[in-house]
Amino acid sequence: MIAAESLIKQYGDTPVVDNVTASIQKGTMTTFIGPNGAGKSTLLSMVSRLLKRDGGSVSIDGMPMENFAEKELAQKMSILKQTNEMNVRLSVQDLVSFGRFPYSKGRLNEEDRKVVSDSIAFTELEEMKEKYLDQLSGGQRQRAFIAMILAQDTDYILLDEPLNNLDMRHSVQVMKVLRSLVDELGKTVVLVVHDINFASCYSDYIVAMKEGRVVKEGRTWEVIHPEHLKSIYDMDFQVQEINNQKICVYFS
Amino acid sequence: MRLRYVILLLCALSFASLFVGVSSLSLFDLGQMTEEQKQIFWSSRFPRLVAIVMAGAGMAIAGLVMQQLTQNKFVSPTTAGTMDAARLGILVSMIGFAGASSLVRISVAVSFAVAGTFIFMFILERVKVKDKIFIPLVGLMFGNILGSITTFFAYRYDLIQNMSAWLQGNFATVISGQYELLWLVIPIVAFTYLYADRITVAGMGESFAKNVGLSYRTVINLGLVLTAVMTSLIVLTVGMIPFLGLIVPNIVSIFRGDHMRKNLPYTALFGAVFVLICDLFGRTIIYPYEIPIGLTVGVIGSGLFLYLLLRRHRYGL
Repeated sequence: MIAAESLIKQYGDTPVVDNVTASIQKGTMTTFIGPNGAGKSTLLSMVSRLLKRDGGSVSIDGMPMENFAEKELAQKMSILKQTNEMNVRLSVQDLVSFGRFPYSKGRLNEEDRKVVSDSIAFTELEEMKEKYLDQLSGGQRQRAFIAMILAQDTDYILLDEPLNNLDMRHSVQVMKVLRSLVDELGKTVVLVVHDINFASCYSDYIVAMKEGRVVKEGRTWEVIHPEHLKSIYDMDFQVQEINNQKICVYFS
Repeated sequence: MRLRYVILLLCALSFASLFVGVSSLSLFDLGQMTEEQKQIFWSSRFPRLVAIVMAGAGMAIAGLVMQQLTQNKFVSPTTAGTMDAARLGILVSMIGFAGASSLVRISVAVSFAVAGTFIFMFILERVKVKDKIFIPLVGLMFGNILGSITTFFAYRYDLIQNMSAWLQGNFATVISGQYELLWLVIPIVAFTYLYADRITVAGMGESFAKNVGLSYRTVINLGLVLTAVMTSLIVLTVGMIPFLGLIVPNIVSIFRGDHMRKNLPYTALFGAVFVLICDLFGRTIIYPYEIPIGLTVGVIGSGLFLYLLLRRHRYGL
């Protein structure tokens, strides 16, 4: 379990994350939703040690984050930020191999190599593993980064807007891969997603944020409710059940 | 292209370089060199070859490291002010430490180059620009400011003539006793090779690096110090060779990608090959006179740089 306790982040006098307490259950998919500027990405960055917090604490499996060495933490929890800015000419194989960095520091052994090829297979990128990242489509690229995170073999996998800039088909592909990480490999996946229906159809838990605070937290089934959604986004929602999944309609 | 072909090409060009010159010395004389020929060979031709190979490989690697660390294909010792900072350092050491040992003077030049590079990085972090072209422009401006300061003080202290020697790279003046510093390029490149994976990971950005447990700051700082030291050693011995650190790594990246451990040998070899070709060109075109290397590399290099700029979207730079 990851437990965030009274987390605070301020820029100047403006609190971006304002006294947030939240927990993430092991072996589930938890999605952070909320309007722009709600502090979701900032919270994720603090939980994943990328950003220094101004207050509060984070513990992983009951142990404060500070007690982990860099290397241990890199084997326990991985974070994937938005990757569209990255234009490095690496082959898929090379990128995924860097996922083994916390273990091998670049010199891969037999086991590392096996994990790398398994990760590539799991994300169905075998045919393009020799290709450079800039030759891939957006969805393939994102899957390559997920394969890299997978090769890192951490219990906790955090992703900041993994669907950003992806079309519908690629978004579905990525979400299916993430879901299978939970269902087949027993990983804990935490992500920030803007499309409420992806959150509704794929996640186990939802944490809703607004203006730096958590406004609603719970099982997906409970959170996806017109009243809650209205208080989060300040707009009207219709929620309908289609094929046992709650679908939100908010387009007009 | 296989690595061994590049090595072969380098060897062929090296031989050509050894046997081109005003004094006649051909390959067939090698077994039976006269005293005079021996002297030319060991005091001029061989040092020149070493200087060319070291400077070419060194500048290319310095550029490669900078491009990886800044995540910008247009950053190099020329476009980050490192060379100009080194030159200012040389001037300061000439004025302030005239009587000091060469080690002191080298240290002054190196410290200026290191400081200049870090100032550039500081500016880079402050100016949050999205357009990658903007960054080398900032670097070039920064370099030109340093250049003006250097010229101003050189003028005041009547050192313009001396300084212009460092303005344009020149291998014609390389003789034994003055180039040995360049051997240091070998250990620096070797160290860079050992560090290559870390540099590539750091080049993927701070969050990527932190995610895999790499101490991002340490790698960035170490990498920048390495490039600054390498650049100042080269500027100190042969002068400024502009654009080399920019074009060679970019051309190699197009064919070999950005995995540094894989492209570093190619970058080093191509850097040496490129300078050897430019040098041979400069030595033969107005034979028996010669054009300084800074000029040949500058002309060919800026042309290639423009070409890369115009076609950058095709290569995803």
